[in-house]
Amino acid sequence: MFNESIKMALDGMISNKLRTFLTLLGIIIGVGAVIAMVSLGFGVKENIKNNISKLGSNLLVITSGGRTATGARLAAGEGAKLTYEDAEAIMKQVDGVARMSASVNKSYQLVAGNQNWTSRVEGTTPSNFDIQSLELEDGRIFNNKDLNSRSRVAVIGSTVAESLFPEGEPVGKMMRVNKAPFQVIGVLKSKGQSGMGQDQDDVVYIPLTTAQNRMMGITYVQRVTLQAENENIINDVQAEAEQVLRNRHKIKAGNYDDFTVRNMAAIMETMMETANSITMLLGCIAAISLLVGGIGIMNIMLVSVTERTREIGIRKALGATYNNILLQFLLEAMVIGIVGGGLGVLLGVGASFAISYFAGWNTVISLWAIIIAVVFSIGIGLFFGIYPARKAALLDPIDALRYE
Amino acid sequence: MAVIQLKDIMKTYIMGDSIVHALDHVNVSIDFGEFTAIMGPSGSGKSTMMNILGCLDRPTSGEYYLDGKEIAGYNDDELAHTRNAKIGFVFQNFNLLSKLTAQANVALPLVYAGVEEEERMERAKKALEAVGLGARLEHKPMEMSGGQRQRVAIARALINNPAIIMADEPTGNLDTKSSYEIMDIFKYLNEQGKTVVMVTHEPDIAEQTKRILVMRDGKLVSDERR
Repeated sequence: MFNESIKMALDGMISNKLRTFLTLLGIIIGVGAVIAMVSLGFGVKENIKNNISKLGSNLLVITSGGRTATGARLAAGEGAKLTYEDAEAIMKQVDGVARMSASVNKSYQLVAGNQNWTSRVEGTTPSNFDIQSLELEDGRIFNNKDLNSRSRVAVIGSTVAESLFPEGEPVGKMMRVNKAPFQVIGVLKSKGQSGMGQDQDDVVYIPLTTAQNRMMGITYVQRVTLQAENENIINDVQAEAEQVLRNRHKIKAGNYDDFTVRNMAAIMETMMETANSITMLLGCIAAISLLVGGIGIMNIMLVSVTERTREIGIRKALGATYNNILLQFLLEAMVIGIVGGGLGVLLGVGASFAISYFAGWNTVISLWAIIIAVVFSIGIGLFFGIYPARKAALLDPIDALRYE
Repeated sequence: MAVIQLKDIMKTYIMGDSIVHALDHVNVSIDFGEFTAIMGPSGSGKSTMMNILGCLDRPTSGEYYLDGKEIAGYNDDELAHTRNAKIGFVFQNFNLLSKLTAQANVALPLVYAGVEEEERMERAKKALEAVGLGARLEHKPMEMSGGQRQRVAIARALINNPAIIMADEPTGNLDTKSSYEIMDIFKYLNEQGKTVVMVTHEPDIAEQTKRILVMRDGKLVSDERR
């Protein structure tokens, strides 16, 4: 009987092709939209995740300057100073810190031969290369010996290498940073643009001590970066590091910090929450179109039941039971849900690729979104099909046969 | 032996304030192999009678024995199964499904009897051959004349080998020639032992049956065997 009902449902659909197609279209677009929108949302999430994990989600960045109770607030990095000793104290006193680096940076004019270029020059410690996962293309990075002796050595990014040494082979050559001679000892592999659109290769790294003493004439550091052993302990590390700094800076309980700690994991969490909200929003809007498609099924099924009242009467007179008629019409609605769901998946996946290809947005097709959308569309077929099917099955055969 | 036995059947409708007895204490018995016509003016209750005999409707009170079983208390599904197994309908306006071929139309009752498709189609073919339409298996109702359509309907009524054939004005939409052809088929079926009950208001059609029941105002007023 079930096979017969499926056949009857398919016959009913085929005999009214245009109507069936339009009804299907409602579901196809609904399911397609849900999948495409959720894919887009997941793509945004994936982008954020990649960008932040490139920066390192287990990083804490400490800059001097913080919130003051009243009056003018100074920008982060101004005001009371962080020192390299602060950084060393944190390293020593706080558990769970894998690496620490301190840095200063400033823009300088760079000259090599007849080429010149302006770039960010960052004075830092050797551990910075590990923390930022910078890899060498050629040469070596500076070491603690260079740091202690305030060597005039530089590791340059690929943009700087191309600009200053167009003929290639920069390692071993000399360049001038703000007129002071430096030897290039290493070239970094290209990292491309950052998540914010900055060129991460347009940079020169020199030893922290060289930058502090020989270039800038300062004793403080602008930034301390801590790498926690893993993401899970990052909040504890942050709390302990803050306490160490408060003690060293002699900040009384109740007063505000004179430094700012940025927690990459916390930033990532916030941005992920935003991305989740976007995904939910897009998915809900798309789900509404799926619901509208479902109402379309119900509408067309009701028309169909009315149109076929006489057919129902004949079938009942010939011995069709309540269940026979119910099954026939319910299956018709569900077949629309199933076929529409299947075609909608194709549309959604296709649309996701099209969005990636034409708009350049990252999309991640989620298997779960597909499963949920299809189950939902079949459910919609069932839900919106039950009322018309029941209406058909409950028709009185005498009235139905008399219906013109 | 009686295939149909009605005992004190009442069918009452309430229309606003008034009570209408569409059937008023009807007692009748129809034996196997009889060829009966039910006549009467419109509003006499013959359609209601037909609906009750055909298990499309239930009497308000009374007893109805069909093929030895009391069916007055059956629920909708039991009535549907009874219609499927015991009764073959022939309607005035044919009531064929326009989207199905003649063969599929004839096979339809077997779908609800749970017969496999191959057997259904084979039996439908034989039934159509028996009414002289063996060459028109694949025709849709719209491609056939009224007489042919009614023969398809008769084939459909016969397909499940029912206890009785119920014909509701079977010649009402047909010209005289087709009407007589259809009546010849009914007569032939009756000679083969089928029980036929026919509602008609045409005296010349009723003349061709063996027993005429006349109804008026819901009551059986005449029962004439010839």
